[in-house]
Amino acid sequence: MIPEFGHFSLILALGLSVALAILPALGVYRRDALLMQTGSSIATGLFVLLAFSFGCLVYSFTQDDFSVAYVANNSNSALPMHYKVSAVWGAHEGSFLLWTLIASGWTLAVAIFSRGLTFDMKARVLSVLGLLCAGFASFLLFTSNPFDRNLPFYPADGADLNPLLQDFGLIVHPPMLYMGYVGFAVPFALAIATLTTGRLDAAWARWSRPWTNAAWAFLTIGITLGSWWAYYELGWGGWWFWDAVENASFMPWLVGTALIHSLAASEKRGVFKSWTVLLAISTFSLSLLGAFLVRSGVLTSVHAFAVDPTRGVFILVFLILVIGGSLALYAWKASGIRSDAQFEWTSREAMVLINNLLLVVATASVLLGTLYPLLYEVMTDGKKISVGPPYFNRVFVPIVCLLFVAMAVSPFSRWRRTSGDILIRQHWPFLLATPIVISLVTYVVATGINFITIGVETLAVWILVLLARHWWQAGSISSASQLGMMLAHTGIAVAILGVVVTTTYSEGRDVRMNPGDSIDLAGYEFIFEGVQKVRGPNYLADQATFNVTRDGEFVANLRPEKRVYSVGQNVMTEADMDPGLLRDVYVALGENVGENAWAVRIHVKPFVRWIWLGGLLVAVGGLVTLLDKRYRRIREVAGRPLVGTAA
Amino acid sequence: MKFGRMKNHRRNRLLIIVFIVCAAAGATTFTLFALNENINLFYSPEQIVKGEAPVGKTIRAGGMVLDDSVIRYEEGLGMSFVISDLKSAQVKVEFEGILPDMFREGQGVIALGQLNDEGLFVAEEVLAKHDENYMPPEVADALKAANQPNANMLDKAGYE
Repeated sequence: MIPEFGHFSLILALGLSVALAILPALGVYRRDALLMQTGSSIATGLFVLLAFSFGCLVYSFTQDDFSVAYVANNSNSALPMHYKVSAVWGAHEGSFLLWTLIASGWTLAVAIFSRGLTFDMKARVLSVLGLLCAGFASFLLFTSNPFDRNLPFYPADGADLNPLLQDFGLIVHPPMLYMGYVGFAVPFALAIATLTTGRLDAAWARWSRPWTNAAWAFLTIGITLGSWWAYYELGWGGWWFWDAVENASFMPWLVGTALIHSLAASEKRGVFKSWTVLLAISTFSLSLLGAFLVRSGVLTSVHAFAVDPTRGVFILVFLILVIGGSLALYAWKASGIRSDAQFEWTSREAMVLINNLLLVVATASVLLGTLYPLLYEVMTDGKKISVGPPYFNRVFVPIVCLLFVAMAVSPFSRWRRTSGDILIRQHWPFLLATPIVISLVTYVVATGINFITIGVETLAVWILVLLARHWWQAGSISSASQLGMMLAHTGIAVAILGVVVTTTYSEGRDVRMNPGDSIDLAGYEFIFEGVQKVRGPNYLADQATFNVTRDGEFVANLRPEKRVYSVGQNVMTEADMDPGLLRDVYVALGENVGENAWAVRIHVKPFVRWIWLGGLLVAVGGLVTLLDKRYRRIREVAGRPLVGTAA
Repeated sequence: MKFGRMKNHRRNRLLIIVFIVCAAAGATTFTLFALNENINLFYSPEQIVKGEAPVGKTIRAGGMVLDDSVIRYEEGLGMSFVISDLKSAQVKVEFEGILPDMFREGQGVIALGQLNDEGLFVAEEVLAKHDENYMPPEVADALKAANQPNANMLDKAGYE
């Protein structure tokens, strides 16, 4: 019965989301205040229904109800309880239910925290969100219903959750990622709503900012977790693969970053308004494109879901409607938007412009690389290619290096114009000193000097030093927004350092080892002590023991495993590492290559944690900006005329 | 005063446009150049046997790993195996390193590497997807093309 309740409530949710799309908009059209205000209660109902529906699916998973096809395909009675719950979003149908639930959650949040908006505006925004929810809900119901039954003959036990997903990172990663993807629907809806009125003012930008920052912060956490997961679970020590799915999440992040900066300029100085609207539309469009490309099976990747042609058609139509429709609206209305503020080339506005240009170019290069295999296949009548990581590294890295230069300087620029003094006179000592210091440090610590590395390290250190100086200048942190900005920029610098140092100075080897063999790598000695059989809750494993020492002193005992999951007979590598702020010691067990000989991968990766630490700092920075008092104040100020107390 | 401002505004706009055009042109050239250098074409075993695949250039080759074809060398992590299209075409692949978890005989795999003069494919990387039922689409197509008369042979996954 429970799955039927879930299914039924999903149908009701579709009905409500259609109502949400139509009623407030009708209210705007007829100037009917009562109809306009229906939005909030419908949004509440929508969220409750979807939450109930989601709860039913979770319940079916926890009760091992294998008569539900989705449960039977993605769970097993031997699966530990926390994985049964996370298995809900382990495959296409359930993860899309989560997606829709999160969409309704953001809709509800808009309905609750929107006192700063006029009734008219709020109704328009909620209608747009309702329309999106209706699209998501019908996609669920018509092409990917998670409540489909396996009756009358259902399996005695489930096919198990893909062992790759049986991991903590994968419990948290998708919800965070979806919070980000779908969160960009709010600035999108606001941009669309604003376009329909034709009035773009500072209030619009100010209202968009916290929502954009929040969505962006969640996306940052999602991407960071994904990279971390890939590192220890999937990647044999790699942390970014330029895989189509990674790119799909990275592109909205890049454009979202541009949007955050451009919104700031729009709010403070009234510039780039129509550009900002276009960015808001692009960010959400890329979220949709990415998320749906993964699901349509057009792009193949490690994470891609199973393919079903009807889904592909639905997705294509939905994408065309949303992206095409919003761009058409933009083309029609944006010409009426004027920004008349002026600025000079040394101003902060110009910095934002540079930031935006570089980020958009970077996104375009990633998009091109991601879609090029598709284009190529169409253009050459079926010839298949893949675009390798070298392409992305060669194109993306120079662009972001330029971006980092602008990033180091920009916090010191002023709106309208900055005197050249500030930019040049204050910075040259750092520019000169840092490369020298870093070269010396590198020379002492590592062997060999790599000029590109030193250049980028200089940039990162430069960003950090300047931020720190900014920090110490009395009274220079005036608001939560500014604190958030500085945290986020610090995070980026930390991540850059991590990326550069790891990429340049990591050492790794694949070796064949017999018990008793030892290997020296980067000053560490790894002694392979042997392999023994271990039994887990739903797998059998060969567990190796490595004794790691440095200069004769004990460092760690590492126990990487090769697991065979009993249900699907899937083989999984479970690496083991000794994490540290300055270096990770990493061992992964390959196959058994001889009688007692095993293939072993050993890494010593300096600073690798800084990548994710930086990512988390960035996300925290994004969340801190939400505490800014200004956002609360506008709500009060803008709320006043509505209750009728003229200012 | 007003006129001067206007001019300034126009000049700014012109500068912006020139900047954008230059940046876009530069970025496009650079990007396409990098793209052209880093695409890896896919070749089926049949194409490789026929000599259609370039020698000494990084390409991708895919097919089914032939049963009993995996040979490990005594020392180190070197090994070789044969990929085939389930018909006549067979290509020997040499690889040194750690194979992905889902690599098995009778499975579809893709190898990234270079063909040498003797027709041996030296792989830098071997890819197999994390799903026992998965078949890389390129491999599926190659098999289908090679086994045109009885395309459903794929399902039986058995060969002569």
